[in-house]
Amino acid sequence: MSGLLVLASTAGAAPDLASSGRGVNSNLFVVIAASAIFYGTPLVLAGLGEMLTERSGILNLGLEGMMLMGAVAATWGSLNVGGPGWFALVAALVAAMVAGALVACVHAVLVIGFRVEQIVSGLAITILAGGAGLSSYLAGSWDLSRGPVPHRLGRFDVLGLGDLPVVGPLLFRQNLLTYASWLLVAALWWYLFRTRRGLHLRAVGESPATADAMGIPVERYRYGHTIAGGALAGLGGAFFPLAIIPLWSDGLTGGRGWIALALVIFGFWRPELILVGAYLFGASASLGLTLQARGVEVSPQLLASLPYLLTIVVLVAVSTGWARRRVGAPAALGTPYERESR
Amino acid sequence: MAPALAARGVTKRFPGGVVANEAVDLDVAPGEVHALLGENGAGKSTLSNVLTGLYRPDEGHVEIDGNPVAFRSPRDAIEAGIGMVHQHFRLVETFTVAENVALGRRGPLARRASAALVRDLGDRYGLPVDPSARIWQLSVGEQQRVEILKALSRDARVLILDEPTAVLTPHEAEALFAVLRRMTGEGRSVVFISHKLDEVRAVADRVTVLRDGRAEGTRLLADATSRELARLMVGRDVVLSADRMPRRRPPGDEVVLRVHGVEAAGDRGEPALRGIDLTVHAGEVLGICGVAGNGQRELAEVIAGGRHATAGTVEIAGTPMGRPDPRRAHRAGLGIIPEDRLHTGLAPSLPVEDNLALLAHRHPPLAAGPFVRRRRLRERARALIDEFDIRTPGPTTPTRLLSGGNVQKVLLARELSARPRVLLAASPTRGLDVGAIETVRDLIVSAADDGVGVLLLSEDLDEILSLADRVAVIYEGRILSELDRADADVEDLGLLMGGDLVAGRSAS
Repeated sequence: MSGLLVLASTAGAAPDLASSGRGVNSNLFVVIAASAIFYGTPLVLAGLGEMLTERSGILNLGLEGMMLMGAVAATWGSLNVGGPGWFALVAALVAAMVAGALVACVHAVLVIGFRVEQIVSGLAITILAGGAGLSSYLAGSWDLSRGPVPHRLGRFDVLGLGDLPVVGPLLFRQNLLTYASWLLVAALWWYLFRTRRGLHLRAVGESPATADAMGIPVERYRYGHTIAGGALAGLGGAFFPLAIIPLWSDGLTGGRGWIALALVIFGFWRPELILVGAYLFGASASLGLTLQARGVEVSPQLLASLPYLLTIVVLVAVSTGWARRRVGAPAALGTPYERESR
Repeated sequence: MAPALAARGVTKRFPGGVVANEAVDLDVAPGEVHALLGENGAGKSTLSNVLTGLYRPDEGHVEIDGNPVAFRSPRDAIEAGIGMVHQHFRLVETFTVAENVALGRRGPLARRASAALVRDLGDRYGLPVDPSARIWQLSVGEQQRVEILKALSRDARVLILDEPTAVLTPHEAEALFAVLRRMTGEGRSVVFISHKLDEVRAVADRVTVLRDGRAEGTRLLADATSRELARLMVGRDVVLSADRMPRRRPPGDEVVLRVHGVEAAGDRGEPALRGIDLTVHAGEVLGICGVAGNGQRELAEVIAGGRHATAGTVEIAGTPMGRPDPRRAHRAGLGIIPEDRLHTGLAPSLPVEDNLALLAHRHPPLAAGPFVRRRRLRERARALIDEFDIRTPGPTTPTRLLSGGNVQKVLLARELSARPRVLLAASPTRGLDVGAIETVRDLIVSAADDGVGVLLLSEDLDEILSLADRVAVIYEGRILSELDRADADVEDLGLLMGGDLVAGRSAS
């Protein structure tokens, strides 16, 4: 646990990797790549969550709302939970996952239980929980912007390898949630493609009628993966107050939920590609900040809009006939399944 | 001996008051092929869904080996040894064969063991299929084998097949029958659902006839005449043969549709049409038969202006068609009865009167500048509803609420009232009941008598033979053979539909 203690106490905002590197590690490329991984982490988490949900055939446009609720819960946890720093941090992360899962429960009950149109329910949840809704109400009534969160996810140098050239800052000097996201990518890949449950999940998303006829409980799979997806979105949301922007501000996820949604399409519903895509988006976010920090004269508005521009480009690219023929979405995505309908 | 599977007084109602099964009794003995015979909508599929735990009966129950069982889900039925091959296959298209067979089992995913099982069972029952192939790459016949393998891999003691031959060539059907006989030889039972008498006769030991949701009786096939079974099925005497429908006028000489060297790609980019040549004369019915998926849909779409032809030309009533443009094709004189009549042919939620007006609304008298004259539109709709005998509560009823036959009549009324030179009809009677089939065929023949050239695409050989003046066989995007109705022979056509070129040579 001592490691965790260290990480909890070494509070720091966005890791200023440029200043810590020596020689090659302060090279512009290495700096941007390392911070791309950092900024990409919440996208990886939320993207993986959405992927799980969509693999079961449920579209969750409430992702942004779930991330914000996770962010609120994490901020609350970090500010209010007593005890040692690592404990407060774990509590904050758990609170974020629970918050995301609860919101996902609402979506699941609406679209699976009551067969509400999935797009409508998802949008309603994002509006309801979003920047001008429940999350800011809760933040206001809990007075979350009274100060920066005291316990944060700091850099965690693995076995002192952080100073290795190039790979050090990229792989060994990230924070724990980033390391966890890598494990999660591997675990979910294994789950989807190497386990029977994963096979069943994909069958439920591709052809619920087939899954049902083979005795797979379609609704149970859909509930489970929608809620698990919400928990991961909450965890992704927690990354913002705990690692990026320690002082609460309304809507602090800044539309990253929408980017994560695009990522799932960009990543062809595969965990490893979602990771790559998330880092590409992370790079476009960090590029602006890094260039500004180095005094390069570029319009900050233009740089800030890079990730969103990239989203549009990517979505257009994967919507071409070429891409659609090769990697379709889960075939039953967005359609409810009702056994006795005819 | 107790029946392997039985239904006792099974009643199933659907919301809206439809009674799909009423007090149905069924006894399936061990080691027999038991046919379930009935028209579309007689309740065959509903009964099979009850037997496999997909639906729960409102009254009555299912018995296995004489013991009552209450299936709460398909899993219960699978575990009780009931396997089902649905008419619309329950396969995950993007999965491999082995993955589909592995679905729904418990325990760790043993990929190699699953593939080995597919191979073993395939060898044993004569169902060869590559375990690592993806479902969408397989032919329909192969997909059906996967469905049967799925059931056998669960050691199904009773296998229910819903209209299994609808998608097969006559030869594939023979092979299927052989597999079924091998299964019954092992003491397994087969429930064979069909609406085709000759097939039932070829494969089954006993038959239970369903009509309007009721079981009309069970017969030993050896004792029952076809006439008796047909009467049980339809409720009145019927003419069984696929006799040629009489024509008032012989076809003319004028070419109204000319398709020359047309090639086109399918949805996945694969070559779907590989050089099609066809001509249809005024007043002539050209029937194109073939197993589904051999390019019929693509051919229809190219002619209708809905798909790009990579090579070749289409000429409608002398007007050459260029790039895909449905409106141009229509103006040149094309009428279309598409395969998916409700969704491609009509706007399902719009009222009948609007669907009837969809072509005529552009021109006077229905159009007045940018406006539509609603009153004239309704008068015209009423006239068409009378003329074509469309059974609808009124002109404002949403079209999707009509029965299949009446939906087809709406479509025919709209297309024929536009006075086409060519009528393209794709499987125009599929899924319709006997009465509606007669009406639709009459309308098509009388259109031909009025000088319309008809291109009829159908998988139903009987339909082709009863309507067509000339018959062509389409196989893998090519026309294999084209002959006069008088020279056409069911056997040869069946072989050709399966791609047997030798038969083609002997036939022509």
